[in-house]
Amino acid sequence: MNLGGKVAVVTGASRGIGRSVAVTLAELDAHVVVNYAGSADAAEETAALVRGFGVQALVIQADVSDQEQVNNMMQKVLQEFGRIDILVNNAGITRDNLLPRMREQDWDAVMNTNLKGAYHCAKAVLRPMLKARRGRIINISSVVALAGNSGQSNYAAAKAGLIGFTKSLAKEFGSRNITVNAVAPGYIATDMTADLSDESKAQLLSTVPLGRLGVPEDVAAAVAFLAGERAGYITGHVIVVDGGMAM
Amino acid sequence: MADIFEKIKDIIVEQLGVEPEDVKPEASFVDDLGADSLDIVELVMALEETFDLQIPDEDAEKIHKVGEAVQYVIDHQ
Repeated sequence: MNLGGKVAVVTGASRGIGRSVAVTLAELDAHVVVNYAGSADAAEETAALVRGFGVQALVIQADVSDQEQVNNMMQKVLQEFGRIDILVNNAGITRDNLLPRMREQDWDAVMNTNLKGAYHCAKAVLRPMLKARRGRIINISSVVALAGNSGQSNYAAAKAGLIGFTKSLAKEFGSRNITVNAVAPGYIATDMTADLSDESKAQLLSTVPLGRLGVPEDVAAAVAFLAGERAGYITGHVIVVDGGMAM
Repeated sequence: MADIFEKIKDIIVEQLGVEPEDVKPEASFVDDLGADSLDIVELVMALEETFDLQIPDEDAEKIHKVGEAVQYVIDHQ
């Protein structure tokens, strides 16, 4: 599996799963665009890890919920590399609450970043991918898209939306050799899940047949597979990486 | 005008994989040249790049024939 010379854009790559995806793709020789919204220092750390594999890293700040910022980012990438082979829509936020307490702004913020952000990014990379007659788009969904989760109706709805988006794009652009797939992580040990109480962690673990939280590398491995040549006949699929939780 | 037609003809031949002699002004992209909706989207993208244009969706929807594409480019260049 080698991605030599390919250019991958990873959104939300400063930390967590996004960082691990960026590093894993770099390990396979892809140049990586490290997108971030707020954590500049963390994004630079990711870029340093990427460069450690002898490939190029381009750090670009852009809020994926803003089409203009996304377009400017992709323009910069095309100016720098002249191509975009792989897009990983990973940028995501949570604003958890039970529905009666969920403010409209919490609903909108999650939708705008987690779902609309993927629309903005996919739309911006399709032109170069259509011209190249090849491309890989990988959307990071979540197991809660499939199973639901109390307190995460906004997050689950956005992540489920990504699955419908994935399958529709797979149908629209299959004839142009562009594959579109989703990866649905379960409970992965990142900043996003660090706030869980010990009690809810223990409860969660009891539902995971593999008996541990996942690590970002577990998810990155699935993304790297889908990004590679050998996954060329897989499109419109959702790979669940959850230790068996949602079978 | 002839120059623009030739350029557009090249794009159509390349995009749709049709024979150059089939690309006539009166030819319909869908009915005569076998284009599907995604082909049309790509053709419009190629026109935009070749002639440095921004073609809004509402204009693109009105371009059905080769001659209409040529006329659009002439009018908007």
